[in-house]
Amino acid sequence: MAGALRERLNIDEHTAMVGIHTGGVWVAQQLHPLLGIEAPPGELDISFYRDDFTRIGMNPQVRPSQLPFSVDDRHIILVDDVLHTGRTIRAAMNELFDYGRPASISLAVLVERDGRELPIEAAVSGLHMKLGDHEHVKLSGPAPLCLEVKHVE
Amino acid sequence: MSGNLQIGEDGRLRHFLSIEGLNRALLTEILDTAESFAGVTEQSIKKVPLLRGRTIVNLFFEASTRTRTTFELAAKRLSADVLNINVNASATVKGETLLDTLRNIEAMHVDMFVVRHADSGTAHFIARHAQPHVSIINAGDGRHAHPTQAMLDMFTIRREKGPDFGRLTVAIVGDIAHSRVARSQIHALNLLNVGELRVVAPRTLLPAHVESLGVRVFHDLREGLRDADVIIMLRLQRERMQGAMLPSEHEYYRLYGLTRERLAVARPDVTVMHPGPINRGVEMDSLVADGPQSVILEQVTYGIATRMAVMSMAMHPTPAQDNHG
Repeated sequence: MAGALRERLNIDEHTAMVGIHTGGVWVAQQLHPLLGIEAPPGELDISFYRDDFTRIGMNPQVRPSQLPFSVDDRHIILVDDVLHTGRTIRAAMNELFDYGRPASISLAVLVERDGRELPIEAAVSGLHMKLGDHEHVKLSGPAPLCLEVKHVE
Repeated sequence: MSGNLQIGEDGRLRHFLSIEGLNRALLTEILDTAESFAGVTEQSIKKVPLLRGRTIVNLFFEASTRTRTTFELAAKRLSADVLNINVNASATVKGETLLDTLRNIEAMHVDMFVVRHADSGTAHFIARHAQPHVSIINAGDGRHAHPTQAMLDMFTIRREKGPDFGRLTVAIVGDIAHSRVARSQIHALNLLNVGELRVVAPRTLLPAHVESLGVRVFHDLREGLRDADVIIMLRLQRERMQGAMLPSEHEYYRLYGLTRERLAVARPDVTVMHPGPINRGVEMDSLVADGPQSVILEQVTYGIATRMAVMSMAMHPTPAQDNHG
């Protein structure tokens, strides 16, 4: 993934990496040192930006978002573990824009699976998976990182 | 009883009426969530879309500036629509009952009431009679409870002293008898397993059987402050006092006023708090109120994040529907 990111994106002093809680933060921690990005990695918890509050209410395990750099004019690499419906990425982009106006946002995910509900695609993904309606893929970690496909009803 | 009313069948917050009836896990969840909301102030747009489309009514039957303003700001930073109603100046004067007022505002499809009233139990009463989708937050009822103030104080203590309340000695000083803030603080500190909890006051300003709340009672300020990690000064509530409870404010200051000299018996890194508004020269000297140990203004700032946490946790997931035809 790091190789593909280097190849496809122009990584320079304006680049910053942001992981989405929780799995995306773990993946970003692995990728960040391989890319020589100056700015320390950021962390986003998108709980306050989700579109399903009216269904499930407040997430009881929310953590503070931390962006230790100015978002304005940055080329941001947004990192998540699994790209599924695209709703998490939409929420993350909305949150990023409340911090400032980035020059660009690119998406890198460990697993890209089917089931998109929004026009969002990853620039780089480690793995493509086609899963059934009742299957979910989940990353556990942080050490060791482990991908698991679960059947849910 | 209040516990059942406040916590839903799923164990989550339903209304926020008093600290009594809640548990340690819920208090910790409120503090953790408030910590995340505190981070929102680092955004250039200091607002999250969480409660977009929801309507929150500040229903204040008693004057308040700080509490109402921080509730209003908290609701706005959650993107809710806010309505401020000061009932003193409106319907009850014309003879409308509390329940009629409630029904009329409910008919405007609101999702949450933030209630302040001079009578103890008002928030509970409204919670019992409100529509099932409407949540009630107690912003102070009589002498009974002011739970969001207690939670913002717990948040302040955790920020200043770290998460382990067990190693802390906390002294609450002043007018305990009239203070809903003190009652809520005592319950919260005990739920969070505070190391030692003291109240320091003249006999006339202590409620009967105060020891049963799990506190050590001191009548001498110097003894009560010795080695304290946190000192919470309470406002002298002259407007609530009937009869001769105190000789004079001057006399009170001489015996219980917090000065730099008296602060010296506490721990060197002591934190001094006050829920406001301060009576300078009555509860404390300006040198202490504005001094390095004082976190009085931080308390106001943290009040916003804490109230954002409580409101978002108590907000019913399904918005209020048209139940009135």
